[in-house]
Amino acid sequence: MDIKLKIWRQSNTASPGQFKDYQVTGITPDMSFLEMLDVLNEDLTARGEAPVAFEHDCREGICGSCGFLVNGLAHGGRHGTTVCQLSMRFFKDGDSLALEPWRAKAFPVLRDLIVDRSAFDRIIQAGGFISANTGSAPEANSILVPKASAETAFDAAACIGCGACVAACPNASAMLFTAAKLTHLNSLPQGQPQRDQRTLNMVAAMSRELFGSCTNHGECEAVCPKQIPIEFIGNMNRDLVRATFRRRREAIVVAGTQRA
Amino acid sequence: MLDARIPSGPIEQAWDKCKFEMKLVNPANRRKYTVIVVGSGLAGAAAAASLGQQGYRVECFSFHDTPRRAHSIAAQGGINAAKNYRNDGDSVMRLFYDTVKGGDFRSREANVYRLAQLSVNIIDQCVAQGVPFAREYGGLLDTRSFGGVQVSRTFYARGQTGQQLLLGAYQALEEQISAGTVRMHPRSEMLDLVLVDGKARGIVTRNLVTGAIDCHAGDVVVLATGGYSNVFYLSTNAKASNCTAIWRAHRRGALFANPCFTQIHPTCIPLTSEHQSKLTLMSESLRNDGRVWVPKQKGDKRQPNDIPEQERDYYLERRYPSFGNLVPRDVASRNAKEVCDEGRGVGPSGQGVYLDFRDAIQRLGIDQVREKYGNLFDMYEEITGENAYRVPMRIYPALHYTMGGLWVDYRLMSTIEGLFVGGEANFSDHGANRLGASALMQGLADGYFVLPYTVPDYLASSTPSKLDTSHPAFKQAREEIAGRITNLLTINGKRSAASFHRQLGRLLWDNCGMARSEASLNHALEEVRKLRWEFWQDLRVVGTGEELNQSLEVAGRVADFFELAELICIDALGRTESCGCHFRIESQTPDGEAKRDDEHFSYCAAWEWAGDGQPPILHKEPLAFEHVHLTQRSYK
Ligand SMILES: Cc1cc2nc3c(=O)[nH]c(=O)nc-3n(C[C@H](O)[C@H](O)[C@H](O)COP(=O)(O)OP(=O)(O)OC[C@H]3O[C@@H](n4cnc5c(N)ncnc54)[C@H](O)[C@@H]3O)c2cc1C
Ligand code: FES
Repeated sequence: MDIKLKIWRQSNTASPGQFKDYQVTGITPDMSFLEMLDVLNEDLTARGEAPVAFEHDCREGICGSCGFLVNGLAHGGRHGTTVCQLSMRFFKDGDSLALEPWRAKAFPVLRDLIVDRSAFDRIIQAGGFISANTGSAPEANSILVPKASAETAFDAAACIGCGACVAACPNASAMLFTAAKLTHLNSLPQGQPQRDQRTLNMVAAMSRELFGSCTNHGECEAVCPKQIPIEFIGNMNRDLVRATFRRRREAIVVAGTQRA
Repeated sequence: MLDARIPSGPIEQAWDKCKFEMKLVNPANRRKYTVIVVGSGLAGAAAAASLGQQGYRVECFSFHDTPRRAHSIAAQGGINAAKNYRNDGDSVMRLFYDTVKGGDFRSREANVYRLAQLSVNIIDQCVAQGVPFAREYGGLLDTRSFGGVQVSRTFYARGQTGQQLLLGAYQALEEQISAGTVRMHPRSEMLDLVLVDGKARGIVTRNLVTGAIDCHAGDVVVLATGGYSNVFYLSTNAKASNCTAIWRAHRRGALFANPCFTQIHPTCIPLTSEHQSKLTLMSESLRNDGRVWVPKQKGDKRQPNDIPEQERDYYLERRYPSFGNLVPRDVASRNAKEVCDEGRGVGPSGQGVYLDFRDAIQRLGIDQVREKYGNLFDMYEEITGENAYRVPMRIYPALHYTMGGLWVDYRLMSTIEGLFVGGEANFSDHGANRLGASALMQGLADGYFVLPYTVPDYLASSTPSKLDTSHPAFKQAREEIAGRITNLLTINGKRSAASFHRQLGRLLWDNCGMARSEASLNHALEEVRKLRWEFWQDLRVVGTGEELNQSLEVAGRVADFFELAELICIDALGRTESCGCHFRIESQTPDGEAKRDDEHFSYCAAWEWAGDGQPPILHKEPLAFEHVHLTQRSYK
């Protein structure tokens, strides 16, 4: 098949970008979407033009590297899949496809279809962990985790950090991403001691990173390749209320006792 | 020359004794030492986080955009640990025994014993971090049996164990980053190791966004940069996995051990187009109910369901009446290759065999088959567009894991003083064949529990250095790297690096893959050298070095793969025995099974770089088996 492509080309964050038209020929239905781009890049290299930069690694939907908009839809819009899992079988000869990077203030474009998603790391740094220094862990089965909590934690932990939720949201909100991590850790017994602080800190980090807020469009859930449900945002909001209103008291420190 | 520094005395006490003998660093002094960790996969992230917690100043590098990504994330099956929660007879001794035997007696007993001991601590650590392992109704951890082992010692998190373990390590790392103990350098690729007075003292990196070439100095360097399966181009590994970090260290003096020990997984989705970029693993469990066959007739192009029973060859059942379709990974793989080489392979490329569930569906009913394997059938359909309930699946072996890597001693230090190596990047624990669910275990044992002891011990023996990157050794390394990048950019030939890589992979796969012979290896060596020469004449990299340039990244990695490919063939040529995944046609039993030659090859082959164009020098670390007795495998 032959495919017409319109691809966003931008050489770095500072320079302006624009769409450029390309044609790829000889595409077979058993090729993956990214293999179609490999073919384009071989052609471009042969012609001495810069290949299209796009991020990818596992090419099986688990690492979260890949991701861009295909005709305006994150990951191409096929239910529960990343763009690397798309097969050319799903397209027709002569199709026109527009490819552009995630669009969000918090995700600056680095080149072509590649954006900088390090804002996600900074949200995790704010509290997306359970403090358990190596060597200090108790025997694993001494912590009982109800099966239902383990399942919820897992459903939330399935997030691959690709950023599609942000790209699909009209407000470029990172609520689904943040809520998924909070639901993962806050559902587990091990996560309870830091629950309030974690919630407050991660939510604060989200706004610091210039992500918008949630106005219940539900686009994030629709494009999430791991089908993380929007109800987790509800969990996050409940935890936020809980953390805000819970009385925190300072420990009593008698003067002089801290000197060692 | 090769002193593995194995503690003397009983193997059960070796690690405790070693830990006791190690020197300690005063907590107040720790932040004066800089530890460079390259790699933030399971092994690297675990080591960086743990050393950060102890108070060292850690500089961690990864070519990924964030440490939440690494090849480790793709591991599916699970992680082994000798917890014996099932009361089914498991123990540290049994895990040790299974691993040594599974490695076909080509690993170091003391290391494997320590690995089995530490396996239990890993599960504790990961649970404490919040890794959502599978649970039973009572809230206890669930386990399953994996890879033909008789005990249920594999812990798992649905089919995404690697992802969940990596996120656990990643989160611990991010906590240290926010605490200021670890400084993360994402999108930074190590291109060289810097030695000062014979010791590893730093690295040279390229910033993959700006192209800047930077030097970093430290008191010690840890490499945890993963395996090199992608030298074969097509493999189950993530696309970016490569050998550059360990290869550059090898060229600087670190010995490379057993490079020819490469593992092939029998159940992958076959190649369908010449443009294919990656192979996908299908769970091995499918062989429990699927029957493997090919047509009896060469070149039979009929649809599988049109081929009558008497014209099918269920070759595994025929050749191995007692194990049948459940023979080990290497045997299943080799047999698939043989029938395809005979011209009886199926599918568009002829490189595939059927895995047929017709009989299972008749016997168990479609519902039960769907319940057991539904998600795998769905995944297969998503990729191939075929419904495996109606037509047999097609599978073919693919490169999956590399047991070889940089040689390390018991403390995971390479032959370069101050250079430590962990995870798949070292050669340490799996001998000539790795058992399922043991790579995650080894990566995390190295990262959480071995390196955080042995690296400080090394640091304790010296005072924190005043060395910085103004030292001439850094300047020189930096210039060499800049020169090499200019070379790659200015060849201005006609072919992309990817096209050379594909051709190199094919060459290795055909001649140094599942079955190897003196003739095929000599042929490969000759062709690899020719192709490498062509690469340096006809490569084209578009763009410059001062920008985000993925073609340039690939070109540098492929250039190193060429050199490694040669060493793999040389190693395979020298080892005239068959063992584990290394099958030499010349060394088989009368019924065609791998035949070890313990008298001549009970050693680890550690190769020294002797300079460009010079044959590498072989060093041998003899292996002694005092606890597990040498036996020959048989599956008839
Ligand atoms: C499909 C698949 C399934 C698997 N399933 C299982 C399983 O079920 N159980 C099991 O035990 N094992 C499994 N394995 C094997 C296991 O996943 C790997 O062996 C293991 O994860 C390797 O971890 P690592 O930390 O050593 O390396 P990696 O995860 O490969 O990490 C390498 C790190 O080094 C960095 N890096 C590399 N080179 C450089 C450089 N030059 N400069 C800067 N950074 C660099 C990378 O960015 C990355 O951070 C599987 C493997 C595959 C392919
Ligand atoms: S490349 Fe890993 S999710 Fe697409």
